[in-house]
Amino acid sequence: MKISEEKVRALAQLARLEFEGEAMEQIRADLDNIVAMCEQLNAVDTEGVEPLIYMTDAVNVLRDDVVHQDISHEEALRNAPAKDSDYFRVSKVIDQNK
Amino acid sequence: MYSYTQYSRLRADLEAGACSCRALVEQCLQACETHKNLNAFLDLYADEALLRADQLDAQFRAGRNPGKLAGMVIALKDVICYKDHEVSASSKILKGFKSLYNATVTERLLQEGAIIIGRTNCDEFAMGASNENSAFGPVLNAADPSRVPGGSSGGSAVAVQTGMCHAALGSDTGGSIRQPAAFTGTVGLKPTYGRISRWGLLAYASSFDQIGPMTLTVADAALLLEVMAGPDQHDATCSTQTVDAYTLALDEAPEKPLRIAYLGDALDHPGLDTEIRLRSFDLFETLRSQGHTVEAVSFPYLDYMVPCYYVLTTAEASSNLSRYSGLTYGYRSPAAHDLESTFKRSRSEGFGPEVKRRIMLGTFVLSSDYYDAYYSKAQKVRRVIRDKTAALLEQYDFLLLPTTSTPPFRLGEKASDPIAMYLADLFTVQANLAGNPAISIPAGTNSAGLPFGMQVMAGNFKEAAMLRFSDYLSRLLP
Repeated sequence: MKISEEKVRALAQLARLEFEGEAMEQIRADLDNIVAMCEQLNAVDTEGVEPLIYMTDAVNVLRDDVVHQDISHEEALRNAPAKDSDYFRVSKVIDQNK
Repeated sequence: MYSYTQYSRLRADLEAGACSCRALVEQCLQACETHKNLNAFLDLYADEALLRADQLDAQFRAGRNPGKLAGMVIALKDVICYKDHEVSASSKILKGFKSLYNATVTERLLQEGAIIIGRTNCDEFAMGASNENSAFGPVLNAADPSRVPGGSSGGSAVAVQTGMCHAALGSDTGGSIRQPAAFTGTVGLKPTYGRISRWGLLAYASSFDQIGPMTLTVADAALLLEVMAGPDQHDATCSTQTVDAYTLALDEAPEKPLRIAYLGDALDHPGLDTEIRLRSFDLFETLRSQGHTVEAVSFPYLDYMVPCYYVLTTAEASSNLSRYSGLTYGYRSPAAHDLESTFKRSRSEGFGPEVKRRIMLGTFVLSSDYYDAYYSKAQKVRRVIRDKTAALLEQYDFLLLPTTSTPPFRLGEKASDPIAMYLADLFTVQANLAGNPAISIPAGTNSAGLPFGMQVMAGNFKEAAMLRFSDYLSRLLP
């Protein structure tokens, strides 16, 4: 199938990415080619074949449900791009002027 | 100058006091300086490594055993966590991020006395076959600096190639350990899926990813596998199967004639370099002269493996990489002004073009209109490929074929054509689709002096036999 610019915009929204100008045409053309490559799979007969989902034979790997703390509050904030003493700082989620 | 060959010999020298850990680290740091232009390392931990070397030397002098890897200088690919050290997946989106904990593999190496010397450059999020996708510049191949070292574990491969370390860790999703090993004349091992814990490995495609060693010899690969393999409470996909004593299995010639198959379709592939083809057939002939059976088998799925791999790995990547949101860690765009633009601008500015391409393809194959036609279809094809591979590995002891279809290519040669780059994984993706172990060992150089490798594949959890055969094979090769 052919990938349209409209399709790319919808996918970009789902993936939370942006493509503008030349980058838009580039990603559209790349996806077009790569999707065409992937369509070769239609030539493989998979009638009656179940999808392979898990790569190990293990079933129900269980452990005791014990509460444990791996990292501290301070450590959790260490790599934050913006923070105050207790919280991650992010842009306003609700704009009251709208 | 200490001439490092393999750890067991170094160990004897360390115990005899013939060399010191400090001298080894200094020598590696010197090599890093000499080969700085190759851009293999993103960070060197010189002071820490020297301090640890002194501690280990003191233990040796006191007659204590500081562990199975004491004094081995090891580099970590920049996708493996090392507590309080930066890990960035060679991406701008994680620049400056410091790990809060050790990956299980890092922990196990440290417990056995390894010296971690630094973190190595790689393709961004391990996505690539040339190391040109790094946000911190490409890595160059020491055999010919106008050529790529392969990828995605290119920095690790070059670090081992040039003596900047004794061994390095890589990760392999579609050939990212084996292909750069082949391109640099080193050994690269991808274990069975689940043999080594993935805890602390920055995820690309979770049903494909495996960590593995990159070394100068098969013996060192066996040793590192022995230390790193085995169950881990942090990774439920990590196998509880007994870990074999891989190092003990080496140095024995095969007791009985082996049954070895090669994929006729691969050796006949039009993309296969003529010289690599001829040298492969020479090796098959040598093996036959040693009494082993070497036969061509049909594997009609060769051309479907790369498409199948891309549908499934990009789907998993689009999900795994959704965590990079600009909120709680990693890069946040200065242009972000609300929640949506925090996500979109941070991700668009933070990820490189190949990562975005794969996220977009993955989002496409998982979207509700196309899920069955692409994603589900690829999962079915994966089962067909897995079952056929497993059947061949029941019938034969090993599959043997070149690791790559070409010698190392030039920088920029495939950079503008994603599909040409994807085909660099043609012979390696099978082991990731099927989950079986595979190793690349050096097969000498071609007439232009460029390294290439031979790949051995074995049945699931048959690493011991695979390593023994590879060790034997490496003595038959130039």
